[in-house]
Amino acid sequence: MNIELFFQYLVAGLTYGTIYAIVAIGFNIIYNTTGIINFAQGEFVMLGGMIAVTMNKFMPLPSAILAAVTLTMILGALIEIVFIRWLVKPSVLRMIIITIGLSIVIREGALHIWGESVRALPYFTGTEVSSIAIGGVFISPQVLWVIGVSSIAVVALNLFFNYTLPGRQMRACSANRDAARLCGISAKNMVTLSFVLSAGIGALAGCVVSPITYVQYDSGTGLAIKGFTVAILGGLGNSMAAVAAGMMLGILESFSIWVMPTAYKDVISIAILLLILFVRPSGLFGNKEAFSLKEF
Amino acid sequence: MLKIKNLESGYGKLKVLKRVSMHVNPGEIVTIVGSNGAGKTTLLHSIAGLLKARSGEIIFDGQDILRLTTEKIVFMGCSLVPEGRQVFSTMSVKENLLLGAYVQYRKKQKERVRADLERIYDLFPILRERERQLAGTLSGGEQQMLAIGRALMAGPKLIMMDEPSMGLAPLIVKDIFHIILKLRNEGNTVLLVEQNAKAALSIADRGYVLETGRIMLQGSAEDLLSNKDVQRAYLGRDIDSEVELKL
Ligand SMILES: Nc1ncnc2c1ncn2[C@@H]1O[C@H](COP(=O)(O)OP(=O)(O)O)[C@@H](O)[C@H]1O
Ligand SMILES: [Mg+2]
Repeated sequence: MNIELFFQYLVAGLTYGTIYAIVAIGFNIIYNTTGIINFAQGEFVMLGGMIAVTMNKFMPLPSAILAAVTLTMILGALIEIVFIRWLVKPSVLRMIIITIGLSIVIREGALHIWGESVRALPYFTGTEVSSIAIGGVFISPQVLWVIGVSSIAVVALNLFFNYTLPGRQMRACSANRDAARLCGISAKNMVTLSFVLSAGIGALAGCVVSPITYVQYDSGTGLAIKGFTVAILGGLGNSMAAVAAGMMLGILESFSIWVMPTAYKDVISIAILLLILFVRPSGLFGNKEAFSLKEF
Repeated sequence: MLKIKNLESGYGKLKVLKRVSMHVNPGEIVTIVGSNGAGKTTLLHSIAGLLKARSGEIIFDGQDILRLTTEKIVFMGCSLVPEGRQVFSTMSVKENLLLGAYVQYRKKQKERVRADLERIYDLFPILRERERQLAGTLSGGEQQMLAIGRALMAGPKLIMMDEPSMGLAPLIVKDIFHIILKLRNEGNTVLLVEQNAKAALSIADRGYVLETGRIMLQGSAEDLLSNKDVQRAYLGRDIDSEVELKL
């Protein structure tokens, strides 16, 4: 294999890794405030892409993306308010069943609205065939969009959690729910906010990635599995570790084509997921004590 | 300030508090002493709304707060320093204090926060030094100071403390009790729950003795301190044997 091909694979790996990381961060945000895994996270990504494609028929691309992200956020809020908010100390199992049920409902709803057809947003800049040469490697401009937008989203989230009042409130709720309530913080509102944020970041990922990966009513499931693997790999709740773990999985998948048939690409993440769950359930970067503190 | 009448509370089928009645006047330190499992934490959690009481009345500032949420109760000016400190360990000392001031932000009294922060730092100079340190890395005594500071940042009319001396070295306990006395002298009202009955009664104005969910005794702190039953049960010395020793 020559060096150029190597970099092509590397870039492809980083691109997918970025998306996996974003989906994983969506899982982490909700996990941190509620202690539950939202199995409908992949559906937020799918909805982002689908709604944006539809909206793009009526409005320019940036507005379509904005509308898609906003609508998905509203849906995220509605889901939390209708199905989760009123539960009194639900068990983890009950929450898993509720979120899996929700993911099925959203998927079937999408099938009903959009049918089985595969869609995609146009390339944000250039076309499928345009490419930018960086140090002799040809990169699709959309790849730069994916990596750029995702990086900005991660940085923005970090600023939000560390320097704004609502961000601190959410961290307080995940650190100690009762103590947060004793500060006058509404833990319930923070849970709603966590669904809104996860839905938003998921939808944004769905938009930027759709020109490359395409989007279909059921494309959330596959992404959710990858994102979940990455979240577990990095250590649940740890978003910076999720970025590192996302890159690892993306690159691993990308280079796996060297040694095994493409069809086995998806097997890798499942294999890693199982391996991690058996050997190191707190994740690569998590420590055991921190993990055992969570009620999961 | 706070008036509780016939409060019954518990967990599921377990009835812990049985017809508890008590009150706290403005500017007082009132202490509730009782051994482990007596129901002290249950009582404070019921007042703070973390636990929904079954029946009775909790009047705070002229309003029945029995069915209100914790958030609303904190808003009205009733703050709890929980048992075991419960600081936000993954956040810095300053962040902890600012979160305590959340109700001030909501009340649009942002300007107050800076002054309050200075006041807390003056009260606990060690917290100023540790401003940027993660709360989880503080010592037990420092965490207790942070927990008290955090509650004070809300500008409460009544501050309730659940066993602030728990697990601390005697010297630190003394510090904490000095601070509580100082708070009262500055006009705060304190409801202090303690197993350390002697220390609590020595700074309190009035006290209640809680035993298996019932108020067994009440009175001025001096009366309780000199009460033989209290001494035998909670002050760790038996009057009769002491007399013998003296002979
Ligand atoms: N979360 C809980 N669930 C069930 N029972 C509890 C719970 N917390 C406390 N109890 C019981 O309530 C009683 C009073 O406990 P508590 O109020 O914590 O006592 P104290 O604070 O005076 O030590 C004890 O018998 C204890 O076992
Ligand atoms: Mg207790």
